[in-house]
Amino acid sequence: MFSKLLRKTGRSLKVAILAGLIGSFSLAASAEDPIKIGLVAALSGQSAKSGEAITRGLTIAIEEINANGGVLGRPLELVRRDDESNPSKGLLAARELIQREQVAVLFGGLDTPVSLAIVPLANQMQVPFMGVWAAGTPITRNGADDNYVFRVSAVDEIVDEALVQYAIDNYDMNNPGMILINNPWGESNESGFTKALDSRGMSTAGIERFESSDLDVVPQLTRLREAGADTLLMVANVAPSAQVVKSLDRMDWDVPIVSHWGPAGGRFGELAGPSASNVHFIQTFTFTEDQAGKGAAIFEALQQRYPAIESLADVTPAVGIANAYDALHLTALAIENAGSTDGTAIRDGFYTIDSYEGLIKTFETPFTPDEHDALGPNDYVFTHFVGDQIVPVED
Amino acid sequence: MLTAAIVTGLGMGSMYALLALGFHITYIVSNTVNFAQGSAMMVGAILAYTFCISWGLPYWLALIATLLLCALYGLAIERFLVRPFIQGRAQAWLMATVAGGILVDNLVLFTFGKEPRQFTSEFANLGVSVFGSSIYYLQMIIPLVGVGVVIALVLISRYTRLGKVLQACVQNPDSAQLMGINVTRVVAVAFAISTVFAGIAGILIAPLFAVHADMGTLFGLKAFAVAILGGITSARGVFLAGILFGLTEAIVTIYFGSAFTQIITFSLVILALAIRPNGLFGHKEAVKV
Repeated sequence: MFSKLLRKTGRSLKVAILAGLIGSFSLAASAEDPIKIGLVAALSGQSAKSGEAITRGLTIAIEEINANGGVLGRPLELVRRDDESNPSKGLLAARELIQREQVAVLFGGLDTPVSLAIVPLANQMQVPFMGVWAAGTPITRNGADDNYVFRVSAVDEIVDEALVQYAIDNYDMNNPGMILINNPWGESNESGFTKALDSRGMSTAGIERFESSDLDVVPQLTRLREAGADTLLMVANVAPSAQVVKSLDRMDWDVPIVSHWGPAGGRFGELAGPSASNVHFIQTFTFTEDQAGKGAAIFEALQQRYPAIESLADVTPAVGIANAYDALHLTALAIENAGSTDGTAIRDGFYTIDSYEGLIKTFETPFTPDEHDALGPNDYVFTHFVGDQIVPVED
Repeated sequence: MLTAAIVTGLGMGSMYALLALGFHITYIVSNTVNFAQGSAMMVGAILAYTFCISWGLPYWLALIATLLLCALYGLAIERFLVRPFIQGRAQAWLMATVAGGILVDNLVLFTFGKEPRQFTSEFANLGVSVFGSSIYYLQMIIPLVGVGVVIALVLISRYTRLGKVLQACVQNPDSAQLMGINVTRVVAVAFAISTVFAGIAGILIAPLFAVHADMGTLFGLKAFAVAILGGITSARGVFLAGILFGLTEAIVTIYFGSAFTQIITFSLVILALAIRPNGLFGHKEAVKV
């Protein structure tokens, strides 16, 4: 009887000890579990280079943070999903990262339509969503009462304002012509340009659209020339922008071109030929030959981490890297401020960031409940291609 | 303005016509069309780029190699994507050629890369000024090549033994087979010729446009519209419809604005087909029973 009781007690004791051990192990594991950072971006297809640039920026920042002890004593871990530039695939990927992977913060990629598809989900699930490339105005200004969407990138409406002002200051623009890609991005910028011109009492010589498959943009450009356009405001990605430049060459029309950042991705210098340098476009950041300080250190870190990077041409465009790098550091500060990985606490943690000395600039109170965009009109750099490299336009 | 529209329209129209002639040649021989024509055009441009720019081969050698490989591509499409379905009296070749084109587009995306590339050629930038508009020699060569292809097709079908063989296959394939004509081989050759036409279009386009995996998709679609508009059984009709389509696009864009280009152009195509259901130059086939 006694021995039976002892056996029973012994078994219970063993179970209790085992349970205690498992409990303590899991407690120790949860303290060291990485904080997951999600990324939904184009990792394949024509925009794959953008996803690669964002990954590089995030990776360098994560490695820096982890080397310094992580966030809340836990390392950061990047979990990536490919949206293939497709909004429904992006939305599915975002849902998976939030619900299954339980990422603390979700990062977005190049495509505005994909980001716009994710915005309602992020707000509904109360998980902060950080945009680092897509510039569509309604991404952050989405009208939600409880807004969880932040951005360290350009904003179309502000870009259009900056482009118009640049054209007036540098080319005495009086009668601009718009040449826009025929998609929602072109449409969004048409309204941004119109707003910027209206506020200055200016009108346009014309608004022309073209398809990315158009071989020859001469007919559209001829209309603008006949209407007396003195400057072209251009919005299109690399290949179609190059078609505009080549068509201008065919027409022998030497007109200033001020552009959104479309030409920056890929081989615009090669595609557009010698006239590529005539296109002046905005960037939020660019690596330069004689760079000092943080820019030089990060370029060196990139070269060490990615041996394929040999010259500045291999980190073109730099905006994806720089925006992602700074956004990740700001996110780490927000999580520290929150003291936990709760979505609402992190969202509020973004509002309490005082100052962060970043790659693009020193951010002073970058986010408030009314301002979810960390970059403004003064943070844009005007650049152009010289050979294969993007360099700032000299005054 | 009109000069610019005419130059652009002729160049673009000739491109559409060259691709559409590929639809014509397979249709008259086998009553099938190769919906991978746009993809074959892209293959022509990518191969020309690879041989000339990446490998540095002389132009003439690159041209021959490109067209040979395009012909092989056509033969493969016929053998694996068309013949099995035709022999089974099924219409699934239609979807099979579409799927084959998509497959090749994606294979090129993975092998050639995602970024558009420029076929740089000194010749591409040479040109003359006509009424104040610069015209590249290449833009003038494209319509000339198109006219040359049509004349060759007409002469072959009227005056050569091959033409007679083609006509026999068109009129009654079973009887042609009984008369000792290898109809299967004739159809295969027709597919090879169709992809060679597409390859020529790709080679001509490459220096003017960025070379990338998606470049043929919309072209293929427009070329099919052109083939139907011209009357797919008439080589002359298909070519003229191509020129007409290109000119209409350019003139509408220049006088009404780009917002109206596709609306007006395709409305005119629908109107033309409503008035002439067999195409502008096509005719209803008389079936003797």
